[in-house]
Amino acid sequence: MLGPLLDRDLIQKTISTALSNGGEWAEVFVEDRQSASTEFDEGRVESMVSSRDLGAGVRVTVGEATGFAHTADLSSEGLKEAALAAAAAAQGGHQVEPVALRGEGVSRNRAEVLPSTVPKTRKVELTRQTDAAAREVDGAITQVSVRYSEGRRRILVANSDGVFNGDDQTRILLSVNCVASGDQGLQTGRETVGYTVGFELFDEHDVEAMARRAAKRAITKLEARPAPSGQLPVVIQRGGGGVLFHEACGHGLEADLVDKGASVFRDRIGELVASPTVTLVDDGTMGSEWGTIAIDDEGCLSQRNVLIENGVLTDYMWDHSRSRSSGREPSGNGRRQSYQHLPMVRMTNTFVMNGEVEPGDIISDTEKGVYVAQLGGGQVNTATGDFVFGMTEAYLIENGQITAPLRESNLIGNGPDVLQNIELIGNDFAMGSPGTCGKDGQGVPVGDGQPTLRVASLTIGGTAS
Amino acid sequence: MKKTPELPDLAQGLLAGARENEEFEVCLSRGRSTTVKAYSGKVESVRSGASQAVGVRIVVDGRQGFATAGSLDPEVLKEVVEEARENLKFAERDPDQGIAIPDGVAPPGLDLTDPAVLRLTEEDRAAVAIELEQRCLSSDSRITGVRSSAWSDGWGEFALASTSGIAVQSEGGSCSIGVQPLAMQGSETQIGYAGDAARRPDALDLDRVVSEAVEDATRMLGATKPSSEKVTVVLEPSVAAAFLGTVVGALTGERVIKGRSPFAERLGEQIAVTQLTLVDDPTNMESLGADNHDGEGLAARRNVIVDSGVLSQFLHNSYTGRRAGTSSTGSAVRGPRSTPSVGIHALAIAPGVDDRDELFAKIKKGVFIRGVNGLHSGVNPVSGDFSVGAYGQRIQDGALGEPFREATIASTLQRMLLDIVEIGGDFEFLPGGTGMTSIAIADVALSGI
Repeated sequence: MLGPLLDRDLIQKTISTALSNGGEWAEVFVEDRQSASTEFDEGRVESMVSSRDLGAGVRVTVGEATGFAHTADLSSEGLKEAALAAAAAAQGGHQVEPVALRGEGVSRNRAEVLPSTVPKTRKVELTRQTDAAAREVDGAITQVSVRYSEGRRRILVANSDGVFNGDDQTRILLSVNCVASGDQGLQTGRETVGYTVGFELFDEHDVEAMARRAAKRAITKLEARPAPSGQLPVVIQRGGGGVLFHEACGHGLEADLVDKGASVFRDRIGELVASPTVTLVDDGTMGSEWGTIAIDDEGCLSQRNVLIENGVLTDYMWDHSRSRSSGREPSGNGRRQSYQHLPMVRMTNTFVMNGEVEPGDIISDTEKGVYVAQLGGGQVNTATGDFVFGMTEAYLIENGQITAPLRESNLIGNGPDVLQNIELIGNDFAMGSPGTCGKDGQGVPVGDGQPTLRVASLTIGGTAS
Repeated sequence: MKKTPELPDLAQGLLAGARENEEFEVCLSRGRSTTVKAYSGKVESVRSGASQAVGVRIVVDGRQGFATAGSLDPEVLKEVVEEARENLKFAERDPDQGIAIPDGVAPPGLDLTDPAVLRLTEEDRAAVAIELEQRCLSSDSRITGVRSSAWSDGWGEFALASTSGIAVQSEGGSCSIGVQPLAMQGSETQIGYAGDAARRPDALDLDRVVSEAVEDATRMLGATKPSSEKVTVVLEPSVAAAFLGTVVGALTGERVIKGRSPFAERLGEQIAVTQLTLVDDPTNMESLGADNHDGEGLAARRNVIVDSGVLSQFLHNSYTGRRAGTSSTGSAVRGPRSTPSVGIHALAIAPGVDDRDELFAKIKKGVFIRGVNGLHSGVNPVSGDFSVGAYGQRIQDGALGEPFREATIASTLQRMLLDIVEIGGDFEFLPGGTGMTSIAIADVALSGI
């Protein structure tokens, strides 16, 4: 295990400088991010890219006001300059003496095989193997592109309350995109695997099977008919649509949005906001999932938070500033894209827990509807709860059977309505694909998951009547 | 203060280390930015910082290696060069790969280095952010709060140099404002947004931003779900820009040469109605996308992409141009953190004649689309399938009517271009740099109830 990213005394000094203008609370966030990627396209390695970022952000608060400055200069001079810039923007408070830093400032990297120790040829081989498996599926696959990327992010968070915590996060992502060409034009199929884990991921994960799934998805869609237009019951395959909950209610349960009146879930703690079969959890401690973190970007241990229990809204998600102004503990949801950004309330791994219904029964119980095997990204208006997300693999359900494949389209619904309209929840929980959640221009890695379930009615944005 | 070297000198210093068989390109940037947010009449946060970036691309015998870092520290620069050199060993040979070669086209000679943003003080910034919030709150009794009211500005320098003899530099600033008011009526809350961006602070239009943001929030109060039917839609300029931006994305070299565009085989053909002409013109100072050079250091130039409905050319960078058997159109897009891709700098539509009310007047039944969402998930630029969430107002017997929400509009990019019935005369440059009008498109599937 490496030591803390920066010297404890230097950090302590920076915090004192940050408070020198009458600041009431100060924080130093240091980040060292190293990443590398391999792009394999048109049957060859197109490029290999490596990237390095190292810097710090200093935050000072006085009451509700925050000053923040970031720098890539980690010398004592560079940090002092950033601390003074942050202090200048948050002054005039009742200056406090910082508490001495306690803690190790590090935490163990959970990766068994650090990707940087694996020869680059092995990574090239992996992308080539993925490409070949996809092309073998069908002659109609005209284009395959594969992207492998690895990232290691070491952080150190220290504040005037004495927090001195670190984390060492390693993430690996492999994605494959296939294009199939048919009489009616081009179609695409995509699969992604991503975990907070080291290169040992590929000991157990079958990249060829993943490539075949992506290729088959593109081939299947060549025969797809236009999606319907209007409201229908929608069955979502396990692991295919956790993004629905991320958008439909996850964002609306972020305390910063709630606090500013920009959430439909404001003032609704203790109320039945969902069908009583729904239990929704956000869990940053979950194994090696994509949104897993040991500590959040404010130095707080990540934890498992039950947001909705048996349909009742139990809690929101919190960061440091919102929990402090509400006089409660934070929930490990303060995250930021990089040292250049201010943290805010963000999700980690958000999922719906298992129900009791056999997934096959959910389909056979549906006379007419849409079966969604994979959802793409989504977006929500938290003030109204209206959200959209794209169906990247979907089929018609007719008389309890999955039938014709459908062309891509968006689904639209309203979060609070959809939560009440979850009719059936399966017993086959699975996590879904890794995602990047965007909020106010910042992207962070998140996971989602859900068992097979049915929503009584969503609007399908197709073109067929 | 430490003495910082000029970027072009730094770039030349790195170039001097290029080996004889290497095509070597270095891209550097340095800048400062500040964002001030206001809440409840006070400064909520001030965020400022300096950033630096380097990107080094080395090509040997058609093999490309690239590395980048967020620092101009001499040690880091050395590492980046070594990493790029290491990376190219693993790339496979592509005979068209290589850095840009000067093509003799003269840059437009725009003066984009207005220093006005350099004179801003913290007080100036805070005053605007607070004023924006307070004016939204006082302009309409239904506005109950403001989620975010922000001022941002930045100043940046950029330098690019290569062994093929390219050596360009630029510097300039910009500033922007944005506000999200909340409107409430009964138990219903709607959120609105408006913003503006410019090269100088006095070019920002606060009055317009306040009135647009307030209108954006309040006009949606009482919105209902529409019924599902095929209708004529009028896209407001920002929505039209998103739609046509996606279309032009499918007309970029990368997509075309790799067979990932529905328009790949259609050069010289009629792909849209004759009223539609689209140009990418970074030589027009009125656009915030204006520039003297593209991302590979070639001169920025005016490109006609769609000429009276005919697909007249694809956009290319050096690599895609060479592969397509033509040349770069000066359309490389990149910062130091990535290799050059191909994209739009300053897209503009040739305006029609009718203003918005005249467009509405010709429509018996339709919808006016004020905003869309889910563009990243609901539009497939390879197949052309188009389906996005939409909200706005109904059009009935030629006039604007009740608001609607929780709906989608769907068609395909290919069909929509041919179903355009009219291009508006309400041309404006949007904060993103696109010059756009309202556009009316027939026969689009509206899905609601």
